Amino acid sequence: MTAPDTLLEVEGLSVSFGDTEVVRNLSFHVSRGECVAIVGESGSGKSVTARSLLGLAGRGSRVTSSTLSVAGRDLTAASERDWRRIRGSQIGLVLQDALVSLDPLRPIGREIGDVLRLHSPLSAENARSRVLELLASVGMPNPERAITQRSGELSGGLRQRALIASAIALDPPLLIADEPTTALDVSIQARILDLLADVKSRGTGILLISHDLAVVSAIADRVLVMKGGRIVESGNTQELLALPREEYTRRLISAVPTDKPRRVPLVPDAMPVPAPTVHSTQDAMAPVVLEARGLTKSFPSPSSPFLAVDDVSFTLRRGETLGLVGESGSGKTTVARLVLALAPADGGAVLLEGGAFSELRERDRRPLRRKVGAIYQDSLSSFDPRADVRRILTDASELAPKADRHSVGELLDAVGLSPAVAKARPLHLSGGQRQRVSIARALAARPDVIVCDEPVSALDVTIQAQVLDLLDRLQAERGLSYLFISHDLGVIRHMSDRVAVMKNGRIVETGDAARVFDHPQHPYTAQLVADAPRLVDAL
Amino acid sequence: MTPGSAGSRPAQRSRGFRGIRWLLVRLGGAIFVLWAVATLTFFAIRLIPGDPAEAVLGGPGSQASQETLDQVRQDYGLDLPLAVQYLNALGRLLTGDLGTSYALKVPVSDLLGAQIGGTLVLAFTALCVAWLIALLLSVWSTGGGRVAAAVGQGIELTSAALPHFWLATVLIAIFSSTLGWLPPVSTATPAGLVLPTLTLAIPLAGFLAQVMRETLLDTLDAPFIVSARARGESERGIRLRHALRHASLPAISLSGWALGYLISGAVVVETIFARPGLGRTLLQAVTLRDVPIVTGVVLLVALVYIIMTVVTDAASRLADPRLRNAEAQP
Amino acid sequence: MSELDLRTAAASAAPVRRARPSVSEIFAMAFVLFLAVATVVPGLLSSIDPNAIAARDAFQGPSPEHWFGTDESGRDVYSRVIAGTSTSLLIGVSATVIGVTLGLILGVIAGFGGRILDFSVNRTIEVLFAFPGLLLALLVIVIAGPGPVTATIAVGLSTAPGYARIIRGQLAGIRSSGYVESARVLGHGPRRILTRHILPNALAPLMVLATLGIGQAVVWASALSYLGLGAQPPSAEWGAMLSAGRTYIGTAWWLTVFPGLMIVLTTIATTILGRSLTRRTAGRR
Repeated sequence: MTAPDTLLEVEGLSVSFGDTEVVRNLSFHVSRGECVAIVGESGSGKSVTARSLLGLAGRGSRVTSSTLSVAGRDLTAASERDWRRIRGSQIGLVLQDALVSLDPLRPIGREIGDVLRLHSPLSAENARSRVLELLASVGMPNPERAITQRSGELSGGLRQRALIASAIALDPPLLIADEPTTALDVSIQARILDLLADVKSRGTGILLISHDLAVVSAIADRVLVMKGGRIVESGNTQELLALPREEYTRRLISAVPTDKPRRVPLVPDAMPVPAPTVHSTQDAMAPVVLEARGLTKSFPSPSSPFLAVDDVSFTLRRGETLGLVGESGSGKTTVARLVLALAPADGGAVLLEGGAFSELRERDRRPLRRKVGAIYQDSLSSFDPRADVRRILTDASELAPKADRHSVGELLDAVGLSPAVAKARPLHLSGGQRQRVSIARALAARPDVIVCDEPVSALDVTIQAQVLDLLDRLQAERGLSYLFISHDLGVIRHMSDRVAVMKNGRIVETGDAARVFDHPQHPYTAQLVADAPRLVDAL
Repeated sequence: MTPGSAGSRPAQRSRGFRGIRWLLVRLGGAIFVLWAVATLTFFAIRLIPGDPAEAVLGGPGSQASQETLDQVRQDYGLDLPLAVQYLNALGRLLTGDLGTSYALKVPVSDLLGAQIGGTLVLAFTALCVAWLIALLLSVWSTGGGRVAAAVGQGIELTSAALPHFWLATVLIAIFSSTLGWLPPVSTATPAGLVLPTLTLAIPLAGFLAQVMRETLLDTLDAPFIVSARARGESERGIRLRHALRHASLPAISLSGWALGYLISGAVVVETIFARPGLGRTLLQAVTLRDVPIVTGVVLLVALVYIIMTVVTDAASRLADPRLRNAEAQP
Repeated sequence: MSELDLRTAAASAAPVRRARPSVSEIFAMAFVLFLAVATVVPGLLSSIDPNAIAARDAFQGPSPEHWFGTDESGRDVYSRVIAGTSTSLLIGVSATVIGVTLGLILGVIAGFGGRILDFSVNRTIEVLFAFPGLLLALLVIVIAGPGPVTATIAVGLSTAPGYARIIRGQLAGIRSSGYVESARVLGHGPRRILTRHILPNALAPLMVLATLGIGQAVVWASALSYLGLGAQPPSAEWGAMLSAGRTYIGTAWWLTVFPGLMIVLTTIATTILGRSLTRRTAGRR
C-alpha cells in the first residue's frame, strides 16, 4: 500500500513509560510535499509521538511498532548508531521557542554548522558559506552578522528562523515541527507559517504538532486528532473541520473562539449565556465605572528612558468588556498594572466611578481596591503557597461589605467547582481549576471591575472555552465590567464589546469590536487581523 | 504581570562600551570594599583591651618603664589622635606599608611578601585539582546509570563534609606514617605539595561536583539538547559541546569564593604540614596577638579575594552572553 | 562551604513529592537521635568514666573493651567522644543561632528598611564577604582572646553575612511575589500582608538554613579548637581531642580518626536532613 512518494510510514506505534502507555497503536503516513498535523491537548501524547519518530522518546520509554520507515528505511529495529545517521540528514526537528531550543551559549552559525559537520564531508570554508546560504533562505536579514550571534541576542522570530535553518540544513525529506509558532506574536507566527509552507512547496514532508487548530488549518493538508494517546479522528483538513465525525473533534473545533459571535457559548450543549440582567452591553447610557486619562509610564533603561505606556485613555462602562489587544512589548500589561495602581503612573490618572483612584494615597485607596479585582495568567504564583483554597477565598471575602459576603461554598459553586476543592492547595489543582479559584477570589471581594490579564493564555483550548464561558456568564449575572487583556485576537474578539489596539505603548485604534475587526482603520490593526490564523479560511 | 514583562528594547550601544563600563563600575566597587575592609579592621583592633604600646613590648607582663612606653608610643604614632592615626594608616597602605610587627620587629610587608607566594601556589593548585576532580566525578555520576549516580552523590556529600584538619591527619596517617610514600612535612619539592593540595582540594571538589552535577542534569533536560540530538549529535558530542559548557558556568563563578575558602583553609593546612605561608603566619600572629601582622594578612587576603571575584565575574560574563544581555534590559 | 551550599539549597526548586524516607534520610535521623541521646543522657551509651586515668592502659587500640581505643593517659576514647558531644553540639548550635539571628536582623533591615538601608546592608554584607571563611573568626579571636565562648561567637559572626544575604534575597522574592501583589490588589493592609504572607513564608526556609548550617558550624568551631583557639584540652570537645591526638598520629591513629569521624557524620547527617527538609517544604508550594 506504500505509495512511491510516502516518506514516513507508521503502523502500530506504541510508547510506554513503565506501566503507563502514553501512545497507543498509532498508524499514519506522511508523503512528499505534504503537511500532516497532529492536534491534541496537553497530555494527549502528540509530542512523545513526534520524538519517538526520531528515536528520542526519552529515558525509560519503551517504543514498539510493526512498521516504522522513513524515506524507505526500516527503523523498527534501528540501533542508536542508525538513529544518529538518520537524525538531521533524513529527519529535521523544529521545537518551540528557539531561545531554549538553540544552545544559548553557542553562536547560531555553530549550531547550524553542526548538522553539516556531523553528516557531510564539507570543508569548514564550504560549510560556512552553506550556513550563510541557509540563513538567507529562511529570511534572516543579515546572515553574516547572525552566524556570530547567540539565540538570546536575536528576536523571537529571527531565532525561530535560525532554528528552522538548522533543521533543514541538509534538506531532509521529512521535517517534524513541534509547536513551532507557540509563544510567538501573531505577525511573526504568520511569517514562520509562510516559511514552513515554502519548505513544504519544495517537496519536504512536514509533520506538524500543535494544540492550535487555527494554526494547523493554515498549513496542514491532513489532520490527526489525538486524545489519550490515540488518534480519535483523521482526515483531510477542510473536511475534518467542516464535518467532524467525533464528539471530541467537535468540542475542539467549537472551543476555538475566533469568529464565534459574542456571548455564544464555546462549549457545545452548554447552557446559553443568560441575557445581561443589569444593563444591555450596547447601552451607551450605562454609567462609566472606570476611566483612564492620558496614562503615561516609562522605565529607566541604559540608553534613554523606555516609554512603555504613552498617553493611553479609555472608559469602561458597567456590564461591558473592553478588550485590550497587542503584541508582546506593546505595553498592555503595564496598563493593567497602572489600572490596578500597582505602579505609579508618570502622568495621567485612573478614575473609579468618577472619583480619584490612582491618585489617592495608598492608605486612602485601600478601601476602594476591592472594587477592582484581577485575574492573572499565572494564577498559581498569585496564591500564597501555604494557603488552601478555603483560606484564599475567606481572606478575600473579608474585604466585601459585611452584608454582602459570599460563603466559600457559594463562591465555589459560582465558578463551577465542587465544595471538596476548598481543602486543596492550588498546587494540586489543574490549570483550569486554578483559574476558576482565582476568578472566585476576585468575585469574593464583590468587585465592579475585573482586570483580566491574559487569563486563558496558559490553558488548553477546551479548558479555555470553559473559562471564557464562565466569565461571560458571571458578567451577565452580576453586571461586571472586564478590562480584558490578551494577545489572542480570537479570544479578544469573542469576549469584547469594544476593543483598543495597542502598539508601542499607544492605543492606535479603538472602537466597537465588530467594527474594528471587520473594517480596521489603522494599517497596524489591518495587518494584525490579516495575520491572525482563522479556522474559516480553511472552510 | 511581572514588572519585567513590560517589554523593552536592548540598549543600542556597542558591546565593547558596555563591557568597559561594567568593568569600571565593578572596579569602583572593589576599591570601596577594600577601603571598607581596611577601615573596619583598623577600628576593630582598637577594641582590643589593653595598651597597644605594652603589646609591642610583649604584653602587660613586660613591666616596661614609662619612658620606654612613651618611646614606643611615639615610634608607632600611638600618641596621635585616632583620626590622624587612621589617616596615617590609610596613607601608608596606599604605599604598600603595612606597619611593623610587634613581635618580630620587621616590616609586615616584607614578611608577608615572602609568605604569600607559597600560599597562592597551594591555593591555586588546590583550585585546579578540585576543578578536575569535580569535573570527572560529575561527568561520571551523571553518565553511568543509577548506581553511579548514587555512589557519586555519596562521594560528593562525604568529601564536602570532611574538615581540613581531620582529612590532613588521616592523609598523613595513611600516606606518610603507614605507607611512607609522601613526606608529612611540606617541603619545597613537588612531593611535599601533594598532601596539602589534596587536603584542600577534596572537600572543595565534593562541593563543586554537587553544583556541577545539578547543572549538568538540568542542562541535559533542556530543549536545546533535544535539538542537538535531533541533529544526530552523539552522546559524547552532547556532553563535550553543550552540557559541560553549561555545567562549568557555576563552577567558574564560584571560583572567587572558592579561592577565599582555600586561603582560609590554608591556616589549618599550613600549620599541620609545617608549610611556610600566610596561613601559618596568621595563626602564629593570632596566638601572639601581633596586631600589625593580623591586619596585614587580613587586608592581603581581602585584596586577593576581591581581585579574584572581579576576575571570575568577568570570566562568567565572557562565557555567558546571557549575563551581558540581561544588563541591557531595565 | 557555608553560604553557597545553603543558597543553592534554598533556591533550588525540588521536585514535588511526598516520598517515603530514603535510606540516607533514615541514617541521618538515626544519627541525630544518637547525638541527642549522647547529649542528654551520655550514661546510656557509655558506662566508662571519660576522665578516668589509667596509665597502664595507655595507647590501646580499638578492642571489645575499648571500642575506640585509649589515649595517652589510658582514658577511653569512645566515652570521651560521647562525653564531648554535648560541648561540640552546644558550640555548633549556639554559633548557628547567633549567625541566623544576626543574619535575620540584617536581612530584615535590608528587606524592609527602604532603599538606603537596603543599599548599606548590602554593601556591609559584601565587605564582610571579603573576610573569607575563618578569617573573620580569627579577627574576632584576636580582639576578644581565645576560648570556647569567643570561638562560638566568632563562628556565629562569620556565618552571619551568608545568612543575611540569603534572607534578604528571600524576603525580596516574597515581597515581589504574585501572592503578595494579589493581596495588595484585593486591598489588604501592609501589616496583614506582613504577618499573614511574608513572615510565614520566609520563616520555613530559615529553619532549613539553620539545619544545614549546624554541621558547618560544628566543623568551624572544632577547627578553632584544633588550632588551640577554642575549647582547650583536656576538655572532651571533638576538635580539642583531635588536636591532642595529633602528636601520636603515627602510633595511635584512633585518637584522631574517631573524634573526626563524629564531626564528619554530624555534617553529613545535618546536610541530608536539611536537604530533605528543603524538598519537603518546597513540596508544599
